[in-house]
Order: sequence, then structure tokens, then C-alpha cells
Amino acid sequence: MIRTEDLTKRFGQLTAVDRLKLSIGHGEIFGLLGPNGAGKTTTIRMLTTLAKITAGRAWVRGHDVAKAPLAVKRVIGVAPQGLNLEIELTAVENLDYHGRLHGMPRHERRARASELLVFVDLSGKKDVPVDQFSGGMKRRLLIARALMHRPQILFLDEPTVGLDPQIRRKIWGLIQALKSQGVTVLLTTHYIEEAEALCDRVGILRKGRLIALDAPAGLMENVGKYAVEAEGQNGMDIRFFKERAEAVSYAGGIRRDVTIRKTNLEDVFLSLTGEKIGE
Amino acid sequence: MSPPGFYTIFWREMLSVRKKPLKFLAGSLIMPVLYLITFGWGLGRGMRVQGLDYLLFVLPGIIALSAMNNSFSGVAVTLNISKLYYRTIEEILVSPVGPWSIALGRVLAGCFKGLFSAGMLMLISLFLDAGVRYSVPFLLVLFLTCLVFASLGVLAGMLARSHEDMTNFTSFIVLPMAFLSGTFFPPEQMPEPFASLIMIYPLTHAAVSLRSLTAGAGVPLISLTVMVAYAGLFFYLGGRAIKTMEL
Repeated sequence: MIRTEDLTKRFGQLTAVDRLKLSIGHGEIFGLLGPNGAGKTTTIRMLTTLAKITAGRAWVRGHDVAKAPLAVKRVIGVAPQGLNLEIELTAVENLDYHGRLHGMPRHERRARASELLVFVDLSGKKDVPVDQFSGGMKRRLLIARALMHRPQILFLDEPTVGLDPQIRRKIWGLIQALKSQGVTVLLTTHYIEEAEALCDRVGILRKGRLIALDAPAGLMENVGKYAVEAEGQNGMDIRFFKERAEAVSYAGGIRRDVTIRKTNLEDVFLSLTGEKIGE
Repeated sequence: MSPPGFYTIFWREMLSVRKKPLKFLAGSLIMPVLYLITFGWGLGRGMRVQGLDYLLFVLPGIIALSAMNNSFSGVAVTLNISKLYYRTIEEILVSPVGPWSIALGRVLAGCFKGLFSAGMLMLISLFLDAGVRYSVPFLLVLFLTCLVFASLGVLAGMLARSHEDMTNFTSFIVLPMAFLSGTFFPPEQMPEPFASLIMIYPLTHAAVSLRSLTAGAGVPLISLTVMVAYAGLFFYLGGRAIKTMEL
């Protein structure tokens, strides 16, 4: 559904996305994980025709993004990181407006808007102006809006940024429900748990480069399934082990406070780069 | 039935007008009414220009000015805010509505705003007993005036990279044009080279044409040509600015 070949974006001297090579299949939930400034948003902006491609190529459902932007726009839905809803309009007006932009006839707009407002649990707020919405409500409406015209591919840029855990889980539930409807999802996140909980495959970006790509379990297994954390002289020492027994025996030999746990994607990033994602 | 793209853009702008009708009404009228009071009554009472009561002389100028201001800012300001602040323009840019439809929808909304304020002023003037007569050609020229400045609004709204840019554009381009374009005085009264220079301003041609029409004469062909050319040029540049925009 989405394919890129050496996709590159440069802003002057800065290379924001560097020769990215991706291939995302139908119905997949694919996550781009990386710290701020890794090139996640820029990648989405190129794929959604908002940013010009400096070099390389990209196809969305077979349409060349640079050559056939209109064909691409017809099959994609986009929920950007910034909440760019029409705040003076109500929830249902926002959806209706989006439906009009996509050339949907009136009866279809009405039916789809009510269906989606139920889906994102905002039916009771349909006639409330969006400037009275909380962050979580806006984020849900943003996803509903992106789905309004039944896109086959959905781009979600940091879909849960700044939300509390409870609402985050609610949005995860929505995204998982989309998978069962056959929608392909490309999302970006810098939340480890989000990538682990949602994504079939994760591409890890750092400074515009794809440094790893696999299913979360595969990435973690590569590092070692078990992590042993001990307090060292300069902060935490972490070591990874393939086998549980190895980890236990290593931990047993340490005299300081020690934790054995399963590895996560943060560990994957750490072992690849020597940095934490949050830093 | 599914509406065409440009109409959706227009409809969206009109929705804002419908949501806040009083704000819209007051916003459209405050400037022209102030001009009318200052120059028509305050300064111009008893004064005669080109053999006319000054009020009768200045009225077409203020109508042109009002059409310009409202069609220009009605597009430029909202477009600029939507681009820089709310980023709602991205929602349109990822939809199948093309750049020329976006430009057209915005321009038509600007024309509505310009024509509305000019129309209100015309209505007021009927009660002033100024003796001015309006005609269909007058309305057509007014519409052309709005096309010119709404298109300029698209261009300015797209090019301005900050609110400061927008203010500067208004201060250095729109405001001088508002005062120098023969809106308040006959352009030929200026000393050369200024008399010739202000003929570059599209507003000069709007004011001259509207004044000529209220005096019962025709529209100078040169003025008509200049305005059509400006409308075409600004629309083209505005549409292209949307097309090549990178956020």
C-alpha cells in the first residue's frame, strides 16, 4: 500500500529524511518510532503530498506521490500532529466540511458522520463547537474526520501525544478496530508502549535514517528478551540476555539493587544508538 | 449531490459569516462609515470638486475603497491565519480539492465580503440625498474591483510568512493605495510624476470608473483593461502560490 525508495528530504544543509526505504502491506499497522526530530513527521508530510520530495520516490497504493498527488489524496486520510480542526465549527460540521472537501454527497455525509461520532464516542457532543472540546476529544474527532471519506490508508502523526493514559488506551482501541476494517495505518510515535501495543511492524528512525525495521517482538528478540538493570557508578547499567537463565545468573552475581525484566523497544533503541528515545 | 471543490471552500467561508452575522456586519461597515463621516461631512461639507458636491465626488471613491478593503482583508487575513496559526489549510491541501479551486473559492468569498460592505454603503448613501444613481455597470465594475483585491488577498495571505509580514503588506501597499488612488481627490490634481505613478494602482482605475459611471458617463476602456489584467495576474500568482506552497 505504501512503498518508498531512497526517499529523501533536505532542508538546506539539514537532511531530515535520508534515503528511506519502506514497504507497508495492506491492513498493516506500521509504526515509525523515534525521538523528536528523527524525521517521522517529515516522512508523513512527504507521503501525504504536503512536503516536496527532495530525492527518491514514493508510491501510495501504486500512485506516485510526486506525479499523481490527486490520486494519492483520494485514498488517504490524515490526522496531523497539530489539532487542525475548525474550532468555530461544531463536531458534526467539521465532519460535514471534510466530506464536502472529498466530494461526498449529502446523505452519505450525514450517515457517515453519525456513524463515526458513535465510533469515537462523541455522539453526545456533535453540536458543540470544537473550541469547547478537551484535548482528548479533539484528538478523537481528528481521527474521525480523517476516516470520514473511507480512506484505505490512514496517516496518524503522534495520535496520542499529550494525552493521559486512559484516553490513550481509548484511542489505541480505535486504531485496533480500524485494522479489522481493513484500513492500512501508518503512525508515528515516540511512545514505546504505543508502538509495542499497536504496531505489526516498527521502523526505528534516528536522524532521518531507518536504523531497524521488524515486528516489535523480533526487534526485542534481536537485542535479547531479558534485560538486567543494575545501579552503576554512572546511572543505570543495562545488559541484555537471550535466555532467562543467563539473565538470572548474571543478576545473582550483582551485589547492588538489580531488576530483571523483559526488554522493550526503548532497549532496542538504546542498544542501537546508545541513547534513549526520550532524550 | 456532491458540491464542486471551489464551492466547498466558498461555503466554508460563508459559514463563518453566518455564525457571527453581527461581527461581520460591524466589521464591514466601521471603516467606510468613518471615511464617509470624516471626508463627506466633516471635511467636505460645502466643498465642491470637479463641479460636484464633494460628498457626491467622494462617495464612489469610498465605495471602491470599501470594496477593496473588505475583499482584500476578508481573504488575506483569514487565509494567513489558516495557514500560519490554525493550519486548517492543510486539511484542504490533503483533500482532492486543487489549488485553483481553493483560490477561486476564497476569491468568491472575498467578493461577497467586498460587495456586501460596498452594497451597505450604497444603501446608506440613498438616504443621504446625495443625488447619486447606481446602475448595473456600476455593480459590474464593483465586482471586478472585488475580484482584483480578493485575488491580491490570496496572494498576500499565501506569501506572508508571519502576522508582521501581513501588517507590513497592509501598511506599505494597501494603505498608501487607499489614500493615493484618487479615492478622495481627482488623480489629475496630483503633481507629476505622481499623477502618472498612481495610475499603476488598480484602485485608481476602480475609483475613476465608478465615479465616471455615477456621473452618467461610461467606463474608460483603459481602466477596464488594467483592472481585468490585474485580476488575472493576481489570481494566477495567488493560485500558483497555493500550488507551490510548502509548509
